[in-house]
Amino acid sequence: MSGNGRTKLVLGYGTCGIAAGAAAVKEALEREVSAGGYDLDLDIAGCMGFCFREPIVEVFYPDGKSVVYGDLNPKKVPQLLQAAASGEVLEDWVVRRSDDTAAGEGDFLANQHRIVLRNCGNINPESIDEYIAVGGYEAARKALTNMTPEEVIDEVSRSGLRGRGGAGFPTGTKWGFARKARGDQKYLVCNADEGDPGAFMDRSVLEGDPHAVIEGMIIAGYAIGATQGYIYCRAEYPLALKRLEIAITACRERGFLGERIFGTDWNFDIKIKKGAGAFVCGEETALIASIEGKRGMPRPRPPFPANEGLWGKPTNINNVETLAAVSWIIANGGDKYAELGTEKSKGTKVFCLAGKVRRSGLAEVPMGYTLRQVIFDVGGGVREGKEFKAVQLGGPSGGCLPASLLDTPVDYEAITATGAIMGSGGMIVADSSTCMVDLARYFLSFTQAESCGKCVPCRLGTKRMLEILTRICEGKGEPEDLERLEVLAADIKAASLCALGGTAPNPVLTTLKYFRNEYEDHIFNRKCTAGVCPALITVKINQDICTGCGACARICPVEAISGEKKEPHSIDPDTCIRCKLCLSRCPEEAIYAE
Amino acid sequence: MEQVRLNIDGVDVVTTPDRTILEAAREAGIRIPSLCYDQRMDPFGACRICIVEVEGARGLLPACATRVTDGMVVRTNTEELRRIRRTIVELLLSDHPRDCMTCESAGNCELQDLAYEYGVKETRFPGEEHHYEALADNPLIERDYTKCVLCGRCIRICREVQGVGVYDFVNRGFEAVPGTPYNRPLTETPCEFCGQCVSTCPTGAIISIPSKGKGRPWQVEKVRTTCPYCGCGCQIDLHVRDGEIIEVSSPVMVGPGQGNLCVKGRYGYAFVHHPDRLTTPLVRKDGELVPASWEEALGMVAERIRGAMDDKGPDAVAFLSSARCTNEENYLLQKLARAVVGTNNVDHCARL
Ligand SMILES: Cc1cc2nc3c(=O)[nH]c(=O)nc-3n(C[C@H](O)[C@H](O)[C@H](O)COP(=O)(O)O)c2cc1C
Ligand code: SF4
Ligand code: SF4
Ligand code: SF4
Ligand code: FES
Repeated sequence: MSGNGRTKLVLGYGTCGIAAGAAAVKEALEREVSAGGYDLDLDIAGCMGFCFREPIVEVFYPDGKSVVYGDLNPKKVPQLLQAAASGEVLEDWVVRRSDDTAAGEGDFLANQHRIVLRNCGNINPESIDEYIAVGGYEAARKALTNMTPEEVIDEVSRSGLRGRGGAGFPTGTKWGFARKARGDQKYLVCNADEGDPGAFMDRSVLEGDPHAVIEGMIIAGYAIGATQGYIYCRAEYPLALKRLEIAITACRERGFLGERIFGTDWNFDIKIKKGAGAFVCGEETALIASIEGKRGMPRPRPPFPANEGLWGKPTNINNVETLAAVSWIIANGGDKYAELGTEKSKGTKVFCLAGKVRRSGLAEVPMGYTLRQVIFDVGGGVREGKEFKAVQLGGPSGGCLPASLLDTPVDYEAITATGAIMGSGGMIVADSSTCMVDLARYFLSFTQAESCGKCVPCRLGTKRMLEILTRICEGKGEPEDLERLEVLAADIKAASLCALGGTAPNPVLTTLKYFRNEYEDHIFNRKCTAGVCPALITVKINQDICTGCGACARICPVEAISGEKKEPHSIDPDTCIRCKLCLSRCPEEAIYAE
Repeated sequence: MEQVRLNIDGVDVVTTPDRTILEAAREAGIRIPSLCYDQRMDPFGACRICIVEVEGARGLLPACATRVTDGMVVRTNTEELRRIRRTIVELLLSDHPRDCMTCESAGNCELQDLAYEYGVKETRFPGEEHHYEALADNPLIERDYTKCVLCGRCIRICREVQGVGVYDFVNRGFEAVPGTPYNRPLTETPCEFCGQCVSTCPTGAIISIPSKGKGRPWQVEKVRTTCPYCGCGCQIDLHVRDGEIIEVSSPVMVGPGQGNLCVKGRYGYAFVHHPDRLTTPLVRKDGELVPASWEEALGMVAERIRGAMDDKGPDAVAFLSSARCTNEENYLLQKLARAVVGTNNVDHCARL
């Protein structure tokens, strides 16, 4: 935003930006602005979602227009400042123009509908005033001063909001349970553990708009009757933790947290609890144990946390994204939220696009969009123009869907019907260079390593499944292995204590269902069609194309490549370790794996 | 308490709402297998062998950890449940030594019983197995986690029943295993050597060193008696083989101890067969203690008491009883003092 007649540069300063080099860009901006005597304002913001073009800067002009530039580095800063000061647009660097959605990657945002991410990348997350300037804390004030707790719950129920932490349980219903539960003390917990690889929406919201989550917590606490809130956030999110702390302190100063908040006689405060980074601690009963200082292990439910939660008291646990939506819903009305989406899945969902998709980053779309729309219209399709092969939906516990299911709508029931899950909204795109057995093995290796070890099906079952998948990839698969995988998958799903084990077999089951031929190729033909599994491939040089330049022979670490100068080279299959280093080295693309 | 009615495998069962499905079923004579369950502790729900089908519930539920509700319809032995239980047993055996022939716990092992019940000879899922070194870091308790099924019973009995908390799980997933803080020997933990963890371990992972190699469950005669150590009067079973006590256990949920014992009750039995132990009364004659019959000894005591009473009155006599007597014996002693002798001079060593 720019409201004071001056041009303002806002640097994307979330973890994705910093990882891409935003700190050096920040330093250069500050140095060059004062050195060049520019009459420009500088500010930071969280992630806008253009993770694939970080570091980015958005230039806001006094006339209200703005331009986003990407792929910046300190060397580009002087030119950027000159252009910003003169009003010139550096067409080649443009990621998005507010006055021309066709420019740059404009359709990335144009195809989204941002509710949860409404402020991410637009306001300084370390400034409570910027949040208030866009209407922040009006919803909490309205709830606490004008609505009864029951009316708040009704509003959330009317919105159709379902928990975004994975299970999709209706938020209003859950609050109703916690409200009705009897107890002298109740707790509200924000689940910011976000442990699945490839998911970073909660981190982005906490880094880009922490007040939206805190406001959601104030509303939820009031609705269920909890005076104490906890945010359980993994310690690997230092920037999110820092911004939460700044935000909580600012709220206490304004009387939004603490005693008699918003001038009412309601008390609510928030403590932060750092998690040590165990995936299973995102499971609600393990999370509760972890806050209590115990080993993070799930326990059977019932009793549900709504009745017996933290310290044995009624407790409501919601995900970051759920809570960020709550503040919007109270401000804009449940009906408005319910206008978006499908019959049973309302509103929007944030997805993390990753893998072989052209634009990897955060995308918030209305429920009901098809996977094709998300991956192709928003995500820009597959990288390097390669063919789409599959999308792993819902993180490591999700399922792997083929191209034929690309028209599946984003909807809890529709996605579950395919064998995948909505999960927290990870979307990892695979192209033709991905081996589906290897992919299933990779995801299972994560859940297997993260199993808490408490229950037998998960502890030993996932281990055995992983061993079977590993031997299939190593070319040692046995004909009975497919049946073993199916038996184990079904029994682990049915008998595990928590949803970690209950969903861990999904990648295997879906790849078995949609890509069974690849398993069969590995086991019966000792072949990895995608050319990935080292034990099952041979690296070869096409004798018709090779010019004998020798580049491949020079990079081969085991000297497996030989040939006369300017004559076609060849690879000794017994020496070759299938590292495939030579593939990318060949200027003629004469080397291939099969 | 209010009553709930439920149906288990077609049998109508009436019970109270504090019961779990497992408890209600057992009361009704329906056996649901269990492994991580021990009624002395809170349910844990870890082994999953007790899973049952409850109409209307999402997914299968652990019978040991699910309370009954009115109108519940439970199935405990469907084809699917048996299939899953078999898989669970096969998984457990895939990481368990198959050395029952020499295992200390053969015949007293819940895993062995499950394998027997589900007819598991071999596992369909062989793979990596753990080999831990057996820990005998003290004279009483040996821990060999190679045989551990991670039921958590040792951890829970020590924390919940003993209030000590020596163990917890360490590591995650396949590498998870019970352990002491920093793997210290038991002698460097607050362990009281009560052997409660031995008593609950369903396999041969925690065993009593003094009983090791001394006999199989079917070779011993169990003699029920009362612990001789304190007035609590815990019930104990002496495991006797060829006239020798080789182990002491306590029947679960019986008597004041409810199956729990302390270090003395469980391990303090060596005196029974000790050569220095007195087996007859001794009477001092000419300055020498010589063996005597009970009749002679008691007669002499009675005679002396009477003499003192005649001489200086009842208060010249005092009685001191032992903490190692049962409450009933202590009661009788004060009765003797007050009603027979007529003195209030009666005391007990545990009061000091
Ligand atoms: C293994 C496992 C990991 C989980 N991790 C998270 C997580 O990181 N964040 C989260 O919000 N929910 C996570 N959940 C789901 C939570 O248990 C819980 O359903 C959720 O926090 C409820 O909030 P919601 O109703 O707003 O979705 C996880 C569940 C499982 C089984
Ligand atoms: S399913 Fe896995 S993570 Fe969940 S309780 Fe069982 S062992 Fe632990
Ligand atoms: S002997 Fe008793 S105190 Fe020691 S670890 Fe076992 S249960 Fe705990
Ligand atoms: S040592 Fe025995 S009681 Fe303890 S977890 Fe292992 S099997 Fe269970
Ligand atoms: S006996 Fe119920 S889960 Fe182990």
